[in-house]
Amino acid sequence: MNWEVIIPLIIFLLITFSVGVWANKYVSKTNSFLQEYFLGSRELGGFILAMTMMATYGSASSFIGGPGVAYTTGLGWVLLSMAQLPAGYFVLMILGKKFAIAARKYQAITLIDFLKSRYESKWVVLLSALSIIIFLFSAMAAQWVGGARLIESLTGLSYTTALFIFAVSVLVYVIIGGFRAVAMTDAIQGTVMFIGTFILLIATIVAGGGVSNIISELATENPNLITPFGAEGELTPLYVSSFWILVGVGVVGLPQITVRAMSYKNAKAMHRAIIISTVFVGFIMLAMHLIGVFARVIIPGVEIGDKVMPLLTLHVLPAWLAGIILTAPLAAIMSTVDSLLILVSSSIVKDVYLNYIKPEATEKQIKTASFGVTTIIGILVFLMALSPPDLLIWLNLFSFGGLEAAFIWPVILGLYWKKGNKYGAIASMIVGVGSYIVIHTYFGNLFGLHTVVVPVLLSCIVYVLTSLITNKTMGMKVDYGLSHQTKEV
Amino acid sequence: MKHDIFSKDPRYKIARKEVWIGIGLVIFNFIWWYGFAYGLGSVPANQYSYIFGFPAWFFYSCILGLIVMSLLVFTVVKFFFKEVPFDEDEIDGEGRGVK
Repeated sequence: MNWEVIIPLIIFLLITFSVGVWANKYVSKTNSFLQEYFLGSRELGGFILAMTMMATYGSASSFIGGPGVAYTTGLGWVLLSMAQLPAGYFVLMILGKKFAIAARKYQAITLIDFLKSRYESKWVVLLSALSIIIFLFSAMAAQWVGGARLIESLTGLSYTTALFIFAVSVLVYVIIGGFRAVAMTDAIQGTVMFIGTFILLIATIVAGGGVSNIISELATENPNLITPFGAEGELTPLYVSSFWILVGVGVVGLPQITVRAMSYKNAKAMHRAIIISTVFVGFIMLAMHLIGVFARVIIPGVEIGDKVMPLLTLHVLPAWLAGIILTAPLAAIMSTVDSLLILVSSSIVKDVYLNYIKPEATEKQIKTASFGVTTIIGILVFLMALSPPDLLIWLNLFSFGGLEAAFIWPVILGLYWKKGNKYGAIASMIVGVGSYIVIHTYFGNLFGLHTVVVPVLLSCIVYVLTSLITNKTMGMKVDYGLSHQTKEV
Repeated sequence: MKHDIFSKDPRYKIARKEVWIGIGLVIFNFIWWYGFAYGLGSVPANQYSYIFGFPAWFFYSCILGLIVMSLLVFTVVKFFFKEVPFDEDEIDGEGRGVK
């Protein structure tokens, strides 16, 4: 075992624990348990908000998978990764103030609360809860596998032990601390990610003998590596551009991101968060993928993409520093997992249990249910991750795009388009997820676009048409909103 | 509906304006990114020019693009985004942690 690498990891885990304990004080003191546990009482400031959005968004793929692909594909993949830049500012600008105000008016704690009040439909709630539970559960399990593999490769522990360490660390602070602990640890983890990326980028450029040298060596090996088209010329402009939907603007539809857009304190926090997260997301994505490409010159011949980052770090930095830097991908994974865990838990407790199973539950029962559900999900994910079933791997492929296709229009049009109604929302969710799975399974990249594009377009059309048609046939419904408005004026 | 989110509230007008700014930014961002990457990057690799060691298309599209977008976002938020209160006119019994 390599103690110089392990000690920083242990320190890092201890810090996250203490944040959980600290946040637990708020949880036990609060007079509104749900608001605190699932939303941190809407008290996030700008910096924390930016960091938690970025850290939730930046996951194993940004630190391990992505650079691994960049290693084999070249600068074209870095270009593609920059499609993520809008995620830094677009979500908060689009959902923006209207969402923050609406969430407060509806007293919404989860994304589903918002949809429930907006559409007043049981089916919207159940469909949303179902998609969140299924997709995010599998996404979470996949991240756990990544986290455990990382610990395994760094420490030399067995996969099961590594998974156990990972699971316990995450579960403890999430269960006792709730959303506030998640957001705070995200902020710490985000800072670690940012600084780690910076140091690693410098060290990599130095180790490669400067940018010019690295680029010319890449060009000598294969000129395609320095073009926007990928090592084999496989990245067409259309395909790369379609990632703007998947990882850029479509992020507006991800529940783990939207819930953050209702958690901030005030407009000032939001403004600051927009600026910070643009810079952070942009820098981390650019630098990490660039590091992946540069690694090709420094450590040639790595077969497994996921190993590029850990190997490179150990190669270009002294062991103790490598240990600190390698907490960054672990931080990225943990900060994604913790958010998903609290979100799935809130969907079950708040959206299903409190809405339909036991609306009259007392504060104490809610508390027990929240801690209990979070623990049970954690244990279930742990068991799943021990030997991931094929179904889970299959579902995980859909989680990002599937959720976007399900939620993007019910959220955005629900927020800004008065005529949108529950029929539109239900139809759009079914068509979005359904067409996503069908296209993914049978057509792959339809028209040379990433799979997500067509379902997002289809679900938009379906939302608008269904809303218009049902409004016409049930004329009362539209008038209701309008007359209500005139009454208020 | 208990609370109408489509009522005539001046805050919604501000919110709407900011949505359009966001859309404008993303379109500009895309054109910048696409234009430089494929405008300069589509010639054969041996005809590339270089800036700070990076191929020019990459430097302009990705590196300068990030800097320009960061500055632009900063300017837009500082000068065009308005601070509005989120819950001043709302009454709700449950404590939502407002201090």
